Amino acid sequence: MLRVEGLAVQRGGRQVLRGIDLDLRPGELLGVLGPNGAGKSSLLAALSGELRPTAGQVRLDGRALADWPGLERARRLAVLPQSPALEFAFRVEEVVGFGRLPHASGRQRDTQIVARALAVADIAHLLGRSYLSLSGGERQRVHLARVLAQLWPGGAQRVLLLDEPTSMLDPLHQHSILQAVREFAGQGTAVLAILHDLNLAARYCDRLLLLADGRAWALGSPEEVLRAGPLKAVFGLDVLVQRHPERGHPLIVAR
Amino acid sequence: MSVRVRRSRILLPALGLLLLLAFWLSLALGPLRLPLVDSLLALLRLAGLPLSGEGLEQAELIVGQIRLPRTLLGLAVGSVLALSGVAMQALFRNPLADPGLIGVSGGAALGAALAIVGGSLSGAGESPEASPYLLSASAFAGGLAVTALVYRLGRHDGRTRVATMLLAGLALSALAGAAVGLCGYLADDAALRRLTFWNLGSLSGASYARLWPLLLATLGVALWLPRRAGALNALLLGESEARHLGFDVERLKRELVFCTALGVGAAVAAAGLIGFVGLLVPHLLRLLCGPDHRLLLPAAMLGGASLLLFADLLARLLLAPAELPLGIVTALLGAPFFLWLLRREPL
Repeated sequence: MLRVEGLAVQRGGRQVLRGIDLDLRPGELLGVLGPNGAGKSSLLAALSGELRPTAGQVRLDGRALADWPGLERARRLAVLPQSPALEFAFRVEEVVGFGRLPHASGRQRDTQIVARALAVADIAHLLGRSYLSLSGGERQRVHLARVLAQLWPGGAQRVLLLDEPTSMLDPLHQHSILQAVREFAGQGTAVLAILHDLNLAARYCDRLLLLADGRAWALGSPEEVLRAGPLKAVFGLDVLVQRHPERGHPLIVAR
Repeated sequence: MSVRVRRSRILLPALGLLLLLAFWLSLALGPLRLPLVDSLLALLRLAGLPLSGEGLEQAELIVGQIRLPRTLLGLAVGSVLALSGVAMQALFRNPLADPGLIGVSGGAALGAALAIVGGSLSGAGESPEASPYLLSASAFAGGLAVTALVYRLGRHDGRTRVATMLLAGLALSALAGAAVGLCGYLADDAALRRLTFWNLGSLSGASYARLWPLLLATLGVALWLPRRAGALNALLLGESEARHLGFDVERLKRELVFCTALGVGAAVAAAGLIGFVGLLVPHLLRLLCGPDHRLLLPAAMLGGASLLLFADLLARLLLAPAELPLGIVTALLGAPFFLWLLRREPL
């Protein structure tokens, strides 16, 4: 769906990404892990067309990202930013409704979609509230609902890029939101999410990309990537990797 | 249904009525007070209806020659200043941004100062026929030139950085202010007085000849901006976010700067510097109907026009038969009100 070949990106004269090959497949949730400054956000910016690659290609559906007309691309590819700065008192459903701006699906359909997206992001109770009165975690869920509304109802033609979607969420919502994203991906959308919590990544992601110093250190299933060796090499962190007693996925404990 | 939704349904009709009232009063009131009905009848006579009555010919003369052009000027200046305010607040994603930020007011003031003082120094200002148009043209050109320079300075790697534009606008406005000061220093007393009054703004110089360029500019801005309401909403989320929603943000920013330079430039050229309208009207309306540009833009157009007409009525009536400069009235009304807004609980 979204194909990356030999991607390299320079930022302020510094090589922040090099030699990245990646094929984001329909229906999968791919987690991107790596220490601060490893190039995760640069990767997401390059995948969304915000940063121009100095080498290599990003193709959406076989067509270079820059060749897509803006609106057509927006109906296929949505991006959740890390910390959007909105200083105006829109109501929650208005912000979520912005996700429908690239579409011409009519007010009635848009209202339905916004209501569904609010429910998926577990913020239906915030209906009518001013965005400015919300907490950081609530705002993050509003923007998640917005990008879900943008791609609604999901499906095999669509790509969703999430920059740390759980960074401000409480423990319950870290799980429920990633579960919701998983289910959205289950409809066919290809999802890439930058994550910091190794155990959340192990539990919800189909594949993981481990970035270090602008390069892909490892790409594979959670079992393949989340091993003591690579984690020590990339994060400098000594860990024990066990199995989740009920679910069987890797469970990472710092030593 | 929330209070705001209910309010937003009646907002546009209410503002429309308010504007009609302001328009009517602005035709009737002044140093010479016309009966309210007569001012309407005079308007109908001007439109070609064969009405006759006592004093109606005189009313037609006053309305046709003085009050109507003045009222239309106020309407256009008020709506285009408020619309430009909305455009700048979206561009800078800050509800406190003002059309003056990109240098258009400072540049126009400099253009006017050069025309006034240059005219008086060279003796050309002695011809009262030509100088008002020279003044307007020079102010408009000054506003456009400084804004173009600010925009140019904000460009970097094919993108416009609004933060850089903001700082460039501040610096160039300061520079223009210094040049205006220098003009004032060099001017003789008559020119200095004209310069001072021009800086305070007024609708008293209204004439149809001055009106047309401004009406065209206002019409252009008023038709163009509402077509971009969705894009402006998206822009408030951030430039990257607006791009992710499919909008051509660089083009949008160019359009916003151009609309503001055109609208504010034309308004300042026709009526001098009039502060606070572009800041106050959008801010107040956002409190009433929320920040959605689909509603905010038409509301700002109606609200800005009404506010300016009422302010001009005060300017005409407070010291009648003398006239207060309009900029003094808008600042006297606007500044305390704005302080009150700032101290309110933020929404």
